[in-house]
Amino acid sequence: MDLQIALLLGQDGITNGAIYALLALALVLIFAVTRVIYIPQGEFVAFGALTLASLQAGKTPGTLWLLLGAGIAIALIDGALALHAGALRRMPRILLWNLGYPLVVAAVVFFAKPAGLPMLAQILLSLALVVPLGPMIYRLAYQPLAEASVLVLLIVSVAVHLTLVGLGLLFFGAEGSRTPAFSDASFELGSIHVTGQTLWVLVSSVLLIVALYFFFDRTLYGKALRATAINRVGARLMGISTVMAGKLSFLLAALIGAFSGILIAPITTIYYDTGFLIGLKGFVGAIVGGLASYPIAAAGAILVGLLESYSSFWASAFKEVIVFTLIIPVLVWRSLTTHHVEEEE
Amino acid sequence: MNNKSLLVALGLAAVATLARADVNVGVLVSATGPAASLGIPEKNTFALMPTSIAGQKINYIILDDASDTTKAVTNTKKLISEDKVDAILGSTITPNSLAMIDVVAEAETPMISMAASARIIDPMDAKRRWVFKTPQNDAQMAVAIIEHMSKAGLKSVAYIGFSDAYGEGWWNEFSKVAEARGIKIVANERYNRSDTSVTGQVLKLMSANPEAVLIAGSGTPAALPQTTLKERGYKGLIYQTHGVANNDFLRVGGKSVEGTILPAGPVLVADQLPDSNPLKKSSLTYVHKYEAAYGAGSVSTFGAHAWDAGLLLANAIPIALKKANPGSKEFRAALRDALETTKELAGAHGVFNMTPQDHLGFDQRARVMVQIKDGKWKLEQ
Repeated sequence: MDLQIALLLGQDGITNGAIYALLALALVLIFAVTRVIYIPQGEFVAFGALTLASLQAGKTPGTLWLLLGAGIAIALIDGALALHAGALRRMPRILLWNLGYPLVVAAVVFFAKPAGLPMLAQILLSLALVVPLGPMIYRLAYQPLAEASVLVLLIVSVAVHLTLVGLGLLFFGAEGSRTPAFSDASFELGSIHVTGQTLWVLVSSVLLIVALYFFFDRTLYGKALRATAINRVGARLMGISTVMAGKLSFLLAALIGAFSGILIAPITTIYYDTGFLIGLKGFVGAIVGGLASYPIAAAGAILVGLLESYSSFWASAFKEVIVFTLIIPVLVWRSLTTHHVEEEE
Repeated sequence: MNNKSLLVALGLAAVATLARADVNVGVLVSATGPAASLGIPEKNTFALMPTSIAGQKINYIILDDASDTTKAVTNTKKLISEDKVDAILGSTITPNSLAMIDVVAEAETPMISMAASARIIDPMDAKRRWVFKTPQNDAQMAVAIIEHMSKAGLKSVAYIGFSDAYGEGWWNEFSKVAEARGIKIVANERYNRSDTSVTGQVLKLMSANPEAVLIAGSGTPAALPQTTLKERGYKGLIYQTHGVANNDFLRVGGKSVEGTILPAGPVLVADQLPDSNPLKKSSLTYVHKYEAAYGAGSVSTFGAHAWDAGLLLANAIPIALKKANPGSKEFRAALRDALETTKELAGAHGVFNMTPQDHLGFDQRARVMVQIKDGKWKLEQ
């Protein structure tokens, strides 16, 4: 291995690691706020990328039907609950977000001919289609069980994951898709060749991480999420709605996931089930951070990316084994250094 | 009196003929899970198959095994014990087909697999007596690639394949034949179907400086190493296996798969075959039927393996019907014997000539070399 190969592998590892880092942050966020181990996070990567690919191919993305379906289900449930409670003034809001919004997006998909739009508009439309699914899934699958144990929430996650993968196969078929790069630019940096898309991934990841930092540090909603993460009951006593906190964290996670998918779709082929493995590697990163620390989780995810890249050069047949074995020393180290208090169930 | 009893006997015979049970065919495909891109066109193909053969109604009972070995075995048992099938077509992939052999042999039910590995029917033994298959053996395709390489005067080649049964199977066949023909394999790498990056493997391949690279993967995931090779400026020849022969591969690969050489079943380039080729007509029949039902350009070679399995069965059923009634042990045995004596049956992928030793029965007519030119499959003459 000479220096140039080492640099190329490093570049590849950091690019992938940046995506894993974004997913790791989303996983830590959701776990901290809602105690959900969010296995379906990876599906948003696949849905984001494949929705964009179907829009570009001039097809109607299947996620539109999911959005409409989930919206109708929530409108029925929340509507019935509101009627039962006699709280009619909640009705317009329920109908607007769960029926009005999906219908507006559907109208755009059907009448704006997305295949001919500029790429930025296609990306925004894909995000508009996929991101609201995050809070909708929270409403349907997790909110009724918000006080359940971590294990029950994990089981729900597995169910949601399997459902979404199955729907992904139905919506997008078994074959993968690639999207064109954001820009065809490429640079010579010393002796190595850097493509524009690699820079896009790195710059967007850093920007997104900085934006998240400011969101948590400076805004009222961010502070509300942090308060919920630190102490649910205490936050509630201060008037912070845990339902709002849950929906907001799922919204952010869906945004991060779908955007990650759109970022990597020009670099690799995305399949309906690609997301799971990407999400799992983000999860290894999140575990390194003990599902609590954002900076350590991000660093852990970058480490996973680098480890993956170098092991694919040295021992390609054992790459996944090496990456996932990383979790064992990390768990041993964490269980030796932290004083774990058994949660009251 | 005599006349009367004769009439009664005739009447009874007529009733017996009318009441003869339908032929039940169990179909097992991997329509979900990792092999879905192969299983879905196969499943679509069964909808096009004849529902009546020689005046006998045929029921197809289609089950999905989710590309999972355990589920394949469970569903095979279910088809045999609950649906009382006379034959089983399936499964899509090799591990599942291998696991099903014991079950069908015990129940003495003939099975036609749509999976590639030669191990499904070789070595022939008491259990494999009941097993047939339609896709070309990997070995046959590996020989075709190596012949092409020898003709092009190549001396060194690098190999990258899936880190699963497909990649291993190809590695075994390819490395064996290459060594015998004096072609040096300078690198051997693996990657996963679900990998998002193969930069490491590709850099290693390129540092060995091969004159050609063989990529052994199936479907669109096989495009990733090739795209990466092109991005890194690799200039040599690139070979793929017949596992990539569907139009999605061209769509995902785009410009970077231009010039790829691969062996494939004739059905891939059916319209380019010379009129003298006995397979032209039978291949085009399938292509036209499939595209009429699912749209132009939707046909894939994987579905054609399922079509061939159906053809074999349709050819054997009339012979077996003369010997026994459907639903009986004797009928299944007769069906097996009829399958084994299939002669000169032109399918979509090749001409079947079965023998007790060879339950595939393909010859050189079952493969052609194809090159990708201008985003299309072109038959190499």
